[in-house]
Amino acid sequence: MLPDQLVFAMEVTLNGLMAGVMYALVALGFVLIFKASGIFNYAQGVLALFAALTLVGLQNGQIPFAHVINAAFGTNLHHFGWTLPAVVAIALTALVMVGVAWLIERLVLKHLINQEPIILFMATIGLAYFLEGLGDVMWGADIKTLDVGLPQGISETVETVTANWLGYGFFIDKLDIVAALVAAALVAALTLFSQYTKYGRALRAVADDHQAALSVGISLRFVWVLVWSIAGFVALIAGIMWGAKSGVQFSLSLIALKALPVLMLGGFTSIPGAIVGGLIIGMGEKLFEFFAGPLIGGATENWFAYVLALLFLVFRPQGLFGERIIERV
Amino acid sequence: MNAMDVARMDGPEADAPRIGGVLMEMKNITLRFGGVKAITDISFDIREGEIRAIIGPNGAGKSSMLNVISGFYVPQEGEVWFRGRRRPQMKPYEVAQQGIARTFQNIALFEGMSVLDNIMTGRLTLMKTGLWQQALWWGRAQAEEVEHRAKVEKIIDFLEIQHIRKTPVGRLPYGLKKRVELARALATEPKLLLLDEPMAGMNVEEKEDMSRFILDTNDEFGTTICLIEHDMGVVMDLSDRVVVMDYGKKIGDGTPDEVRSNQAVIDAYLGVQHD
Repeated sequence: MLPDQLVFAMEVTLNGLMAGVMYALVALGFVLIFKASGIFNYAQGVLALFAALTLVGLQNGQIPFAHVINAAFGTNLHHFGWTLPAVVAIALTALVMVGVAWLIERLVLKHLINQEPIILFMATIGLAYFLEGLGDVMWGADIKTLDVGLPQGISETVETVTANWLGYGFFIDKLDIVAALVAAALVAALTLFSQYTKYGRALRAVADDHQAALSVGISLRFVWVLVWSIAGFVALIAGIMWGAKSGVQFSLSLIALKALPVLMLGGFTSIPGAIVGGLIIGMGEKLFEFFAGPLIGGATENWFAYVLALLFLVFRPQGLFGERIIERV
Repeated sequence: MNAMDVARMDGPEADAPRIGGVLMEMKNITLRFGGVKAITDISFDIREGEIRAIIGPNGAGKSSMLNVISGFYVPQEGEVWFRGRRRPQMKPYEVAQQGIARTFQNIALFEGMSVLDNIMTGRLTLMKTGLWQQALWWGRAQAEEVEHRAKVEKIIDFLEIQHIRKTPVGRLPYGLKKRVELARALATEPKLLLLDEPMAGMNVEEKEDMSRFILDTNDEFGTTICLIEHDMGVVMDLSDRVVVMDYGKKIGDGTPDEVRSNQAVIDAYLGVQHD
């Protein structure tokens, strides 16, 4: 038998990795948009929130803008009276996210071509507030539960297996395991898509040089709609996972803040980097809390990730996997 | 026209006429930036299969003209005719899809991508499978990728850049970058290839290489080429016909020999003595 302390540390590590996957899901969306357009999309967290709200709304047959309609016409609408199967609701929400991407390109990005990155960044802040407000007005501000039939609760299999092996059953949430599997599949799919398909190549081309992309016949606007759609889809996945874990509420949009240190570790331009960065942060903060927390009074999870990110900024500003900053003189 | 097509399919033949009918015609083009006239009422044509040069001193409006042809600038006046049709106003990527490829004076490559990937982007608009097939790597997607990859390998051989196939473009020296840019343009199988100062900043040896590649491209694929250069010597050796611009106006047009003996051209290049 292994010493208790080591066994506990193993459980903490495992749980940390699982939490890291959840951070990585959010970071992925950032990376996609940053790679393709050099925009740091502040609205990524809100996109996840908006997707989750829409999913719950569609699934439960909620009438969008019911509050506004009721206030204007004195009606008392709230639900259509049907519920949709989870798969259908998810597919519909994905379509909505494509629509949102198209509108963002139409109404915002199109008018900001060739602007400084800081201006585009400001635009995404505006977008974040707008989407948050829109989600509120469309679906109401109450906390909602999201249930698309994902397994919840402690995984007995893991518990039994580890109990047999180590004499101590690990506590792992089934939802976390699902999230990890989904994230792995998502990353594999995105990597293959961007490396080996013509659209992926177009995406990377636009990310690299607009003029050159135009000269080989790539439509920038099409690529932007495509990349924001994909980011919207990733936001939907993140929204589902986080929503199932902790309910759909407006604090969901703040998970974007947790994605920041992940990005600094993994690099803003690397899809595998987002995953590895997420895992390191998740594992690091849990282990740090486990070992050092008791010594310095606990609650280290609130700041550990940011301090780690700060260290990376000093010693390796491009992150672990980011494109090396080469200046030819 | 027909004879030309046949000749091209069978490869270049000495007895077939190399130069065919008019491929592109610029009619009375005027381009202004605010109050400044970059191009004033210029007309000229480009014939199928020829190497056409636009020369002139710095600031003559050569690059502006190239940007008008490739759709990056929209002229205030004048018409652009391509393959016998008047071209409506188009975005640069639409012009590219019509078969007009270009290189840039200060190189626009995808620096983070490998040489191979850079050249593969030239095939993007020639690939026909749709988004879903591509996303799911389904149906023709894979076969198509292989097909296009084979074409790209031919171009890589042709331009003698096999050894840097996998190198990220950002690491390459200037001369090779220019060659990769040419390769990418060729990969689009252009009907008209625009080269913006292909020899700028090169040493003598690199210039000779580039000249050879331009001539070989024209010879092997029958590609119509329109190039800008201000190195007179190079241009005169390469081109079939030359347009000379100065201060946004056309001051000469003809074979290299005709242009060389044109008094206005001599004045523009050597300066006029005022006495």
